[in-house]
Amino acid sequence: MITSGHLLSINDLTRDGAFEVLDTARELSRITDGAIKKLPTLRGRTVVNLFFEDSTRTRLSFEAAAKRLSADVINFSAKGSSVSKGESLKDTAQTLEAMGAELVIVRHGSSGAAARLAQSGWIKSHVVNAGDGMHEHPTQALLDAYTIREHFPEHDRDFTGLRIGIVGDILHSRVARSNALLLTSLGAQVVLIAPPTLIPIGVSSWPVEISYDLDAEIESLDAIMMLRVQSERMNDAFFPSEREYARGYGLGAERVNAMKERAIIMHPGPMNRGLEISASSADSERSVILEQVSNGVLVRMAVLYLLMGGTAIPTEGVLV
Amino acid sequence: MSVVLDQSEIDRSLKRIAHEIIERNHGLDSVILLGIPTRGVTLAQRIGSFLAQIDTQVPVGSLDITMYRDDLRLRPPRPLVPTQIPAEGLEGKNLVLVDDVLFSGRTIRAALDAIGELGRPKTVQLAVLIDRGHRELPIRADYVGKNIPTNARESVRVQLREIDSLDQVEVTL
Amino acid sequence: MSSSDIVLKEVRLADSEVVDVEIRGGIISAISTKITSDLPTLDGRGVLLLPGLVDLHTHLREPGKESSETVLSGSQAAVKGGYTAVSAMANTTPVADTAGVVEQVARLGAKAGLCDVFPIGAVTVGLLGEQLAELSAMADSAAGVRIFSDDGRCVSDPLLMRRALEYVKSFNGVIAQHAQDPILTAGAQMNEGAVSSRLGLQGWPAIAEESIIARDILLANYVQSRLHICHLTTKGGVEIVRWAKSQGMAVTAEVTPHHLLLTEDLAEGYDPIYKVNPPLRTQEDVEALREGLADGTIDIVATDHAPHPAEDKDCEWNSAAFGMTGLETAFSVVNTVMVQSGKMDWETLVERMSAKPAEIGGYKDHGRIAVGSLANLILVDPTKQWKVDRSKMLSRSYNTPFHDLTFTGEVLHTFYRGVHVMRDGQLTGLKHE
Repeated sequence: MITSGHLLSINDLTRDGAFEVLDTARELSRITDGAIKKLPTLRGRTVVNLFFEDSTRTRLSFEAAAKRLSADVINFSAKGSSVSKGESLKDTAQTLEAMGAELVIVRHGSSGAAARLAQSGWIKSHVVNAGDGMHEHPTQALLDAYTIREHFPEHDRDFTGLRIGIVGDILHSRVARSNALLLTSLGAQVVLIAPPTLIPIGVSSWPVEISYDLDAEIESLDAIMMLRVQSERMNDAFFPSEREYARGYGLGAERVNAMKERAIIMHPGPMNRGLEISASSADSERSVILEQVSNGVLVRMAVLYLLMGGTAIPTEGVLV
Repeated sequence: MSVVLDQSEIDRSLKRIAHEIIERNHGLDSVILLGIPTRGVTLAQRIGSFLAQIDTQVPVGSLDITMYRDDLRLRPPRPLVPTQIPAEGLEGKNLVLVDDVLFSGRTIRAALDAIGELGRPKTVQLAVLIDRGHRELPIRADYVGKNIPTNARESVRVQLREIDSLDQVEVTL
Repeated sequence: MSSSDIVLKEVRLADSEVVDVEIRGGIISAISTKITSDLPTLDGRGVLLLPGLVDLHTHLREPGKESSETVLSGSQAAVKGGYTAVSAMANTTPVADTAGVVEQVARLGAKAGLCDVFPIGAVTVGLLGEQLAELSAMADSAAGVRIFSDDGRCVSDPLLMRRALEYVKSFNGVIAQHAQDPILTAGAQMNEGAVSSRLGLQGWPAIAEESIIARDILLANYVQSRLHICHLTTKGGVEIVRWAKSQGMAVTAEVTPHHLLLTEDLAEGYDPIYKVNPPLRTQEDVEALREGLADGTIDIVATDHAPHPAEDKDCEWNSAAFGMTGLETAFSVVNTVMVQSGKMDWETLVERMSAKPAEIGGYKDHGRIAVGSLANLILVDPTKQWKVDRSKMLSRSYNTPFHDLTFTGEVLHTFYRGVHVMRDGQLTGLKHE
């Protein structure tokens, strides 16, 4: 159970709570595998997608999850809205709540924006963090854990013994932060692999290993997670050139061949084919990138269900 | 607290329900049992074994109705439990839903919604161990182990040895 | 307002001596163990008489941002906090980079009439760091500016900084540097370290401050000018200043009350009330700052009082303004952290919060208690406990990081030029705008 009523960070979940989300998602997968495509669970309830950053895939995934639970979905994107005219996060959120939103899914470029929404007394809604700045993206980590678990059934209740590499722009990555927290809490060993310029200061306090050498790690990994490299990082001199980056940290055929027999290749998308991952690696049999997408919907359904059950916002009228 | 059914009475009730199911459906050709978790599944399995003793084996499955409840706002979310639909499916079957206690009828309404998504059985019948009254919906059971008139504030506690290590039904205030 | 001629009876001075003090015609007219006079008296038993506090780093926001603070409301907050002189930073709109603007600020201060308001002039035109402002004109103006600062921005161009340091020598001015390498801190939001990495907030490394401090100390020494370093926040910065002083270099440094108490961990909840420039640092830095203030490496406490309207703090961290108010809490914070804890005595507090800042700024009428000098004085209860309530602040803004915290020591009375401007914690003749 997510006791705070929000999912802002992986820290909101205990290990048991994380497994509860994963178990619920798995059960939802069984239910929705067959004839049932839509459950009436959240009928008549309103969920808002509040996206201050463009992210079509995350927004669509949350939207699909909410709709499969029969919730009404309001999509709000900052582009072309009053936000671009200077309306504040607070005013936007209060406006949407006044329209009946009970749960706000927020994507924002500012770290902590989801926490501010949930904890400043601005609104009473549940808040789900769909990515805040360089901080966290908890549902991405949950869907990654779900995907890993499906491929390693012997680790169903404990990831101890699994070694998972996260490769690339750790410094700016909310996906890396959430995954480092979640996967280690489930028992896995996480190794962050990047050039030193893309490793955050103070990372020694994280429960992870650090490596600058992908080739030294590749043979020991059960799963490798390739992070998207933004081209502006090159302009900011985090690395000298795309070619040099791809040579050191890109996942090409040779590295794929060095991987363990059952090892899987993951990517949160969208991919830069040819930069952090070659086309052949992305399309190889080891790649579970499309599974991640489907699992994303299941995990998000589970999160919506677990957050919205039993904790309706009190209203003047009688609950139906 | 008072015990309203003991082990032998529970056995007798379930055996009687098994006979009634055979009688009502003129045999067991297209009968399947679906228990509603948690104790409804155990009861369905027990009825299934009585049916096998008396006549023949029928498919027994389970149906989690959590996601179909209309009172999600009022209670904390429950962990989902597996739904197992027998391989034959529900199409054209005489489906017997099995639950432990029939009270408001909302669980059964949710189950009917779920079934509607899963297929189109020929008939849907309802078997319960206890009918305690206080219905809020036009729903009745086809097979009842025992009718127990209760006060709405009382609670009926069904214990089954597979789960609770003894067979007993008690009413407490 | 006319002078409140009065005799303060049996007040204790910072050096523990108990005396009677007579104020007549705005001047301290007598100090003696027993004064017999027909003037009204104030029972000073149990309280301390200190020279009025002097702030070298105050943002009064006028002209330009009167919704956050005005010279008048800032003066009221100053009096409440025991300040008889404040120094108005130059980052107003328009920027205080001409004689006209600094004279306007000085006039507004005189009109408010609650404490001395000394304008600080900008080092560069528009704070843009490109071209020296007319420093002499501001020095020669009616405002008589002696401190120059681009505070809020660093004079990062080393050649421009060298020229500024050289130029102010002709009128004994001082450059107050906001030490922050702008390139190392582009987009920075909080102290760089484990906490910023975990929170995903862009880091503000200590070295971005320390490298500028080191550079400017060397520059100032090279051109034999005076350098004042604003709001020191890091252990490394303290060590560099300590080294410079050991070499006899003419550098002074300040620390804010908030950097003496608060740490980066407060960013944990993303509440921008704790967002400040320079950022809150680590506990290790806080300890080093306390030690530096106690041993004199850091010369003075300055508030960096930075009022902001509610909407600039009631938002997400990255969008929020940097800054905290401080005038009304500075004395109590320093008393609690430094004096009550035994790190500093009363005389040292007077030195750090009144005498030395007055000396650096050249504010002759402040910083001492002596017969014949202007009666800029405060009476404080050193042991009274009180809880900060932001809604009771006299500042126009409520962005104090100390809300709901309890401190020891409260300013009860403030005399400005002999006028009893605050009596028993209440401003007298409080003007409503």
